[in-house]
Parts: sequence; structure tokens; C-alpha cells
Amino acid sequence: MNMPLLKLDGVDKAFGAKRVLRGVSLDVARGQSLVVIGGSGSGKSVMLKNALGLMTPDQGKIFFDGEDVTNATGRAREKMRARIGMLFQSGALFDSLTVWENVAFRLINSEGMSRRDAKQCAIETLKKVRLGADVAGLYPAEISGGMQKRVALARAITSEPDLIFFDEPTTGLDPITADAINDLILEMVRGLGAAAVTITHDMASARKIADEIAMLFEGKIIWRGQAADVMNSGNAYVDQFVNGRADGPIQPAI
Amino acid sequence: MTNPLQIIGRVTLSLFAEIGRLSVFAGRVATAAVTPRWYMGEIVRQMVRIGFYSLPVVGLSAVFIGAALALNIYEGGSRYGAEQFVPNIVVLGISRELGAVITGLMLAGRVSAGIAAEIGAMRVTEQIDALETLSASPDRYLYAPRFLAAVATLPLLVVAANIIGVMGGWLVSVYGLGFDSTVYLRNTVDFVTRDDILVGLIKAVLFGGIIAVMGCYQGDRSQAGATGVGRAATLSMVGAAVLVLAFNYVLSTLFVEIGL
Repeated sequence: MNMPLLKLDGVDKAFGAKRVLRGVSLDVARGQSLVVIGGSGSGKSVMLKNALGLMTPDQGKIFFDGEDVTNATGRAREKMRARIGMLFQSGALFDSLTVWENVAFRLINSEGMSRRDAKQCAIETLKKVRLGADVAGLYPAEISGGMQKRVALARAITSEPDLIFFDEPTTGLDPITADAINDLILEMVRGLGAAAVTITHDMASARKIADEIAMLFEGKIIWRGQAADVMNSGNAYVDQFVNGRADGPIQPAI
Repeated sequence: MTNPLQIIGRVTLSLFAEIGRLSVFAGRVATAAVTPRWYMGEIVRQMVRIGFYSLPVVGLSAVFIGAALALNIYEGGSRYGAEQFVPNIVVLGISRELGAVITGLMLAGRVSAGIAAEIGAMRVTEQIDALETLSASPDRYLYAPRFLAAVATLPLLVVAANIIGVMGGWLVSVYGLGFDSTVYLRNTVDFVTRDDILVGLIKAVLFGGIIAVMGCYQGDRSQAGATGVGRAATLSMVGAAVLVLAFNYVLSTLFVEIGL
């Protein structure tokens, strides 16, 4: 068995008295698409931010490609980030830059590519997410939510990462646009041979893009299995979640 | 919980914690500003936004302050028959104090709060996280350019404020108080020293740093939502204005001590 590309080992994270992650352990193999499901406030986003190094765990370790990156700084962190793409929930496009400048941001600002070459690259990447060169010069505020998601996806894949994080990629989109985004994610992940970690509570999306599904509940991974098995997992918590029932072992978060 | 000593203790502790956090942040930004790499495009863009676009507000403030100053000095001076000193005191007050203070205060509002709102909105929409994931340090890409731009352009704005402020005093003196234009200008130029100008410029550099750091700091710490971003803007404006006035006093004392 190969070494996992990303490994979280017993990660704890608390904010004041609130313990959000309580020993999360998770690994993702190269080229594997893992979807982490879980309710609102179950700690999905915090887990992702720890894996990316945007937050530092209180306890536990994070390994990327075999290297301990838990407290990595400077060059080690940059080296890791250069191989990771991230699609933020809100897109997080820089609204002071045009669409193509967003997509080419890493090429221009971290890899030192000339603006002209970077623009060509950006237009090529935009094509992959089915956006024409005509949107390249627009600002993020001038395009629709679904298009913003696609631009953000293009930005995440521009430098052909080995691992892509998707934070609720379909939230806030209509079902048809959401499914188009799912298709694009599948296409990008397969096309690049990249591993993907997606956090979502959209079950349709989870079943479509996952090889494996894991469920996060109260700061721990309580179940993990093949995507096909998620509907009959035999786990009462998973059952309640995937069927969207208000009554069961999980108390609704209201 | 209602023990007054506890409240005093808690307030004191949180005050020092805040000063500590702000100092660490300022150190980080200053370090990023003086070490490579520099995003030149961003620095130029911020110089235009912070410096050039602030000219109208600084100019308008300065002309009215200079005019009011001349009127009051005339009124006060006439009680001792010392009206002829209006040009001297106007140029001294403006170049050593008011030019820098007015510029600092106006930019605490226009620039510091603007930066805080912009950075705050970027923080709450995850744009700052996105910068980091794209291997661009927010210290270098966002904060250092604003810091450098403010530190570089504030002295220029203060020069403009000084000239326009003196002009405000001249306008009132010549057209309202019956001064002779040539004599007024001659007195002004003969009286002001290089040190007087220098004092204002040194203050301007410091005020520029305060204004940029305060805006970036409050924006970076901004809480989610419209309330959070609004609060960041308010806090940075108030913080920057108070610090500008406090440091103005400290520097004025220092300059008088060393005879500058």
C-alpha cells in the first residue's frame, strides 16, 4: 500500500472552551476522491483549514506526502501549498482583480510568469471549466454565482495540483448548476490525476464525486466506507444524515 | 463578576493584550515592508489611492484651518497690539503642528477606515485565506504595500497641506484683515525654518505608519458580517486618530527638548 498523500493523525482543535475537533484521523491516497459529510457546525471547515495550514492544530499531526507539515513555516509550507489547490465555499475570488488575473494569480505572483503568458494559461484553464475568453476581462462582481464558482475552480487547478480541497462546492447553487459543477470536479480530478477532499452536506453531490465517504460528527470521524455503501452503512448516525431525518441520534442544530 | 477590582483587572489585562497584539502585528508588517519580495504594482496602486486621492480632502481641510487660524491669531494678537505676527504664527503652527495633524486625522478617517473595511471584507469572504493558499503572504501582498504607500505619501501630503494652509491664512489676512500681500508672504518665508518643516515631515512619516497599520490590523481581525466589518472600520478610525494625536504630543515634546 502506498503512503497516503494527506494524513491527519489525531487532530484536536478548540476555540476557547469549544472543542471543535476531537482527534480527527483521516488519510487520502493519491488520485482518490474522498468526501467528508457532516452537519452544520460539525467541524468540517475547521478540519480543512487545519489540513491546509491556515490553522494550527492544538494536538495531533498532519502529514503531506510523508512529511510532517503540522508546524511547517516559510519554504516548507510554500512547497506544500504549491501542490495544493483550494476551492473556497464563497469562491473567495479577489474582487479587485479581473477573472483572468484571479485564475493566473499564482502563476504571476508566486511562479514569476510574465503577464502575457499567464493570461494565455488562464484563458486555457477557463476553457476547461467551460468559460470563454470573453469573461476573462470581467471582474468577479460582474458574473453570476455559478460562473464565480467555475472561475474559483479554474484558479484552484491552474498550477495542476496533486491535491484539491473543495469546501461545499455546490452550496448556494441551483440543482442544475450544482450538477454541472460536480461534473467539472470529476473531470478535473480525473484529468489531473489529483486527489480530492470535498466537504459537503449535499448528498447528491457526495454520491456523485466520491470514491469514499467519511462522516464527521462532534469532531470525530465516526464512519468511513465506499461511496456505494453510504445508503446502507448500518450506522444509525450516517443513516439519519443521508436520509435527512430530523429524528434520530443526531440532534438538529437549531 | 461585579467586583470592581475584577473589572479593573480585566480591562487592564485586555488593554495590554491589545497593545501587545498591535505591536506584534506592526512589527510583522514593518519587517515585510523592508525585506523582499515587494509587489511593486500593488505599492504604486496604493500610493495613488492613499496619496493622490487624498489631496482634495487634505487641501480643503488645510485651507479652512489656515484661514481660521489667521483670524484667531489676529483677534488674540490685537489685544496686545501684536497683529503683525499673524503670518509668523500661522506658518509656525501649520508647519510644526497643524499640517501634519490635520492630514493625519483626515487620513485616519479616509484611509485607515477604508483599509480596515476593505481588508475586513477580504477576511470575512476568505480572500485572505485564499491568498495564503496561493502562496502569497498577506503581509507582503496586502499590508506592506499599504504601509509603504502611507509612509511615503503622507510627507508629500503634509507639504501640500502646509502650502495650502499658509495660503488659507494669507487669503483671510489679505482680503479680510487688510494685510499687504507682499509683506505677509515675505514675513512667512523669512520666519519659517528648515527645522519647522522637518518637524512636520517626521511626524507625517510616523502618522503614515500608524494609519496603515491600524487599518490593516483591524481589518485582519474583523469578525464576520456587515457588523464585524463596520466595527473594524470604526475601531481603526478611532484608534488611528487617537494614536496620531498622542504621538503628535510625544513628538512635539521630544522636538522641543532636543531643540529641533
